[in-house]
Amino acid sequence: MDPIVATTVSVISAATPLLLAANGELVAEKAGVLNLGVEGMMLVGAVSGFAVTLITGSATLGILAAASAGALLALLFGLLTLGLMANQVATGLALTIFGVGVSSLVGAGFVGTPVERLPRLDIPGLSDLPVLGPLLFGHDALVYLSVAMVALTAWFLGRTRAGMILRACGENDEAAHALGYPVIAVRFAAVLFGGVMSGLAGAFLSLSYTPMWVEAMTAGRGWIALALVVFAAWRPWRLLIGAYLFGGVTILQLHAQGLGLFAVPSQVLSMLPYLATILVLTLIAAGSGRRRLDAPACLGRPFRPPA
Amino acid sequence: MLRIEARPEPSRRMLLATPFLAVLLTVVSGALLFALLGRDPLVSLHAFFVTPVSSLYGLGELGLKATPLILIGIGLAAGFRANVWNIGAEGQLVLGAVCGGGVALWFWEVDAPWVFPLMVVAAVAGGMAWAAIPAFLKTRLEVNEILVSLMLTYVAVLLLSALVYGPWKDPEGFNFPQSRMFGEAALMPPVVEGTRLHAGILVALAVALAAWLWQARTLSGFTLKVVGLAPAAARFAGFERRRTVWLTLLLGGGLAGLAGLFEVAGPIGQLVPQVSPGYGFTAIIVAFLGRLHPVGVVLAALLVALSYIGGETAQIEAGLPQAVTGVFQGMLLFFLLATDFLIRYRLRPVARRRGAEGR
Amino acid sequence: MTLKTTRRTLLAGAAATGALALPGSRLLATEQVKAGWVYVGPIGDHGWTYTHDQGRLDVEKALGDKVVTTYVENVAEGPDAERVIRQLAASGNDIIFATSFGFMNPVIRVAKQFPKVKFEHATGYKTAPNVAVYNARFHEGRTVIGTIAGRLSKSGIVGYIASFPIPEVVMGINAFTLAMRKRRPDAQIKVVWVNSWYDPGKEADAAKALIDQGADIITQHTDSPAPLQVAEERGVSGFGQASDMRKFAPNAQLTAIVDHWGPYYVERVKAVLEGTWKSHIIWHGLKEGMVQIAPYGPRVPEEVRAEADAVKQGIIDGTLHPFAGPIRDQAGELRVPEGQSLSDEELLKMDWYVEGVQA
Repeated sequence: MDPIVATTVSVISAATPLLLAANGELVAEKAGVLNLGVEGMMLVGAVSGFAVTLITGSATLGILAAASAGALLALLFGLLTLGLMANQVATGLALTIFGVGVSSLVGAGFVGTPVERLPRLDIPGLSDLPVLGPLLFGHDALVYLSVAMVALTAWFLGRTRAGMILRACGENDEAAHALGYPVIAVRFAAVLFGGVMSGLAGAFLSLSYTPMWVEAMTAGRGWIALALVVFAAWRPWRLLIGAYLFGGVTILQLHAQGLGLFAVPSQVLSMLPYLATILVLTLIAAGSGRRRLDAPACLGRPFRPPA
Repeated sequence: MLRIEARPEPSRRMLLATPFLAVLLTVVSGALLFALLGRDPLVSLHAFFVTPVSSLYGLGELGLKATPLILIGIGLAAGFRANVWNIGAEGQLVLGAVCGGGVALWFWEVDAPWVFPLMVVAAVAGGMAWAAIPAFLKTRLEVNEILVSLMLTYVAVLLLSALVYGPWKDPEGFNFPQSRMFGEAALMPPVVEGTRLHAGILVALAVALAAWLWQARTLSGFTLKVVGLAPAAARFAGFERRRTVWLTLLLGGGLAGLAGLFEVAGPIGQLVPQVSPGYGFTAIIVAFLGRLHPVGVVLAALLVALSYIGGETAQIEAGLPQAVTGVFQGMLLFFLLATDFLIRYRLRPVARRRGAEGR
Repeated sequence: MTLKTTRRTLLAGAAATGALALPGSRLLATEQVKAGWVYVGPIGDHGWTYTHDQGRLDVEKALGDKVVTTYVENVAEGPDAERVIRQLAASGNDIIFATSFGFMNPVIRVAKQFPKVKFEHATGYKTAPNVAVYNARFHEGRTVIGTIAGRLSKSGIVGYIASFPIPEVVMGINAFTLAMRKRRPDAQIKVVWVNSWYDPGKEADAAKALIDQGADIITQHTDSPAPLQVAEERGVSGFGQASDMRKFAPNAQLTAIVDHWGPYYVERVKAVLEGTWKSHIIWHGLKEGMVQIAPYGPRVPEEVRAEADAVKQGIIDGTLHPFAGPIRDQAGELRVPEGQSLSDEELLKMDWYVEGVQA
């Protein structure tokens, strides 16, 4: 394989978990709910996906289990923040502590056991094309899903009536309620979607990226996903740019080390993905020239329909 | 049927009662969890809540662990009240440790009374400088502070790592990643004999008191509240949104920097690659558990500190794996957050009416 | 889940027998030792902490009801470590194993307060009458795998995934390189630092980057089996780290360097039982079995196995020194002349790379 193509393929797998989780969080935030429990939901998804795949031998069941496990944690979050109007930021952080604990409790028996990697979807003929073949074909289902979900989310939020209602709940909950939309139900649905996507991101880690279960294997990727939503200014397509930028710089700094390109401490190179994200966001802000608040206006605010 | 009804104003009685209710609920469900895992619930709960505070040393440890949480929690609460989302206190803490510790290493052989004050100034300045980056980008270009402050946390940790693996490595330390031990003048001795509790706890409590007075009695404290509640009204009243962003971020950064210094000059005594087990993030929970109020932050910090220490004790005395203590801690937080509900709302029994509503 | 319960029940059983023995007969009680372990990571990391916990389980197996073991996992290096170690000492443990370099100063401080308790610190350099230090000569294993790499690499390029530049890691890189270049003088060792002991995703990414740059053998000084999995998939070879990782890469794993702490732990706990425990600094390797070489993989041909075995035997006999001169550093300068070799003391603080390393 051509080195540039090979590197790009690495970038794709580094970006996919970020993209999946960030996409879910974006929809939740668009509905006005800030869930900082992404890391916890990802871990629970990772361990469930791994365990079910290992026990049943079916990756499809594993992926479904991961999505359900993520949704289950999101349900807990929804009950607390939407049902009992608990503070969203604190509940999300507590959800992460809880998720780390639950995943390591469930996963203790699975450490040190390998599992079959998710099958690649090879299309005979096409996958063998030079350059385009390895870039576009031969990935696993979750990679395609991550990109498809961005398109679907963009279409849903921008083009459909339901998407408009969801945005209305995030921008002005009281007005949405006055117009007769079920604000709480919409937010619940968005939060559950976020859980499903985080669960899938976890499944990608434990079934495709590194097919194994080890404790805390997300290694902070849930936090990066949260930051990417902000980076994308809550726009789905920009999420794609953000995830690939972050993944890309991560991979490139490893390559730079291997080639011995820069005579600086490796820590400085490891800083690059974080600095690049800040820099690009700043350049976008400086370039756009106009001031605007991109965040949904009701983000993080509890809502209780007036009796 | 029960109906949920908003209280006209928060209930004082519930404000005091809910933490106890939450702990009670945690104890009951925790006992179930432990029993389910085949453990003696009483032994486990005792290890969690009682053993850590049943000795002078234990109480000292509680204060030691609560100190950074109080300091950072107070700073973050001021920001959160004004809708300034500083998620990067952890990085500001690290910068405080780097700058304060840097002074200690620079004047390694100097045994003078001005060394420590200089370290404090450097640590606060370091934390503030790190927080000034998101403040600058936010006020100049509307770059979201959540992303910038969070990303800078990773950068800060790597910076500390580069220093202790590189130029600040102890020359007699067999090339291990740690600085020299600080000199006497740069250390904070224990204030209570037989414990590790240092003067940082007094500073933290003083900061909480000052924040309380500031918030309750002065105009700028009032400003923060107004800006947080209604930006338009605040602008109308002539209050500067920009100034608020700068003020709260610098305050949060400075206090986090101070917390970082207290860790390295207190119990650690040198610079090491990891100076905090995530206090900057835990303090976010503390700020909200304390309902963004200084007194609440102090109490929440003590409770959260207890839950961490209790988790260690439960591993030692009851043989619980750490995973179980994490689940238990999550449950405690969930109950605390959920019972907040009762402060602002009440449940009213209502007679079920037949008719249109019934369908 | 099932596996977990079994292991837990085993532990609970041991604890219960201990509790039963105590009140009944004093004689039995004095014949029982309580041993505690402090881990820096989770026991489920399948790397460093996992191997130490396997050692703890070996102690339980070997000594039965003569020992009660406890462990605390995920202990942050810093103030938390000192509290945990102190708590273990205060709750009656007779011997405490602290298994990370960052626990060194906390161990020394607690050891002063508990002169009757024995402490064992892994990989450090500070001792006391009741503090022993133990470490493994991991680099001896690197000499063996470097030998294999020198014979089996076609491109002459090896990818080395490293965590942090501490002496242990630097020594490993150098031992590997020296052994490889003895067979393959043009060999190039490309080092990538991931700045983490443990991030499976990043370790896998580093392996991919190195393979893309022409490496046909991957080796690592990080904890997870992720790089080996990548090697298996890309059709290149690699070496397991800390434990035999054959299951993750049945074809790609040429062999693995296995950390085997069990026998040492059993010996030391036994010494406490018999009252013969003494402080020491030991640095055990292939000879004592603290470092072992896993069975060779299918890609290692017979003559290479024989050569690797000869190297291993040479190290065990003392006829082969992994750091025998002539050794040149990266700049080509002669550091160790022919006929001499580096002393243990020089090795333990090694911070320079030999010729052929690209780091």
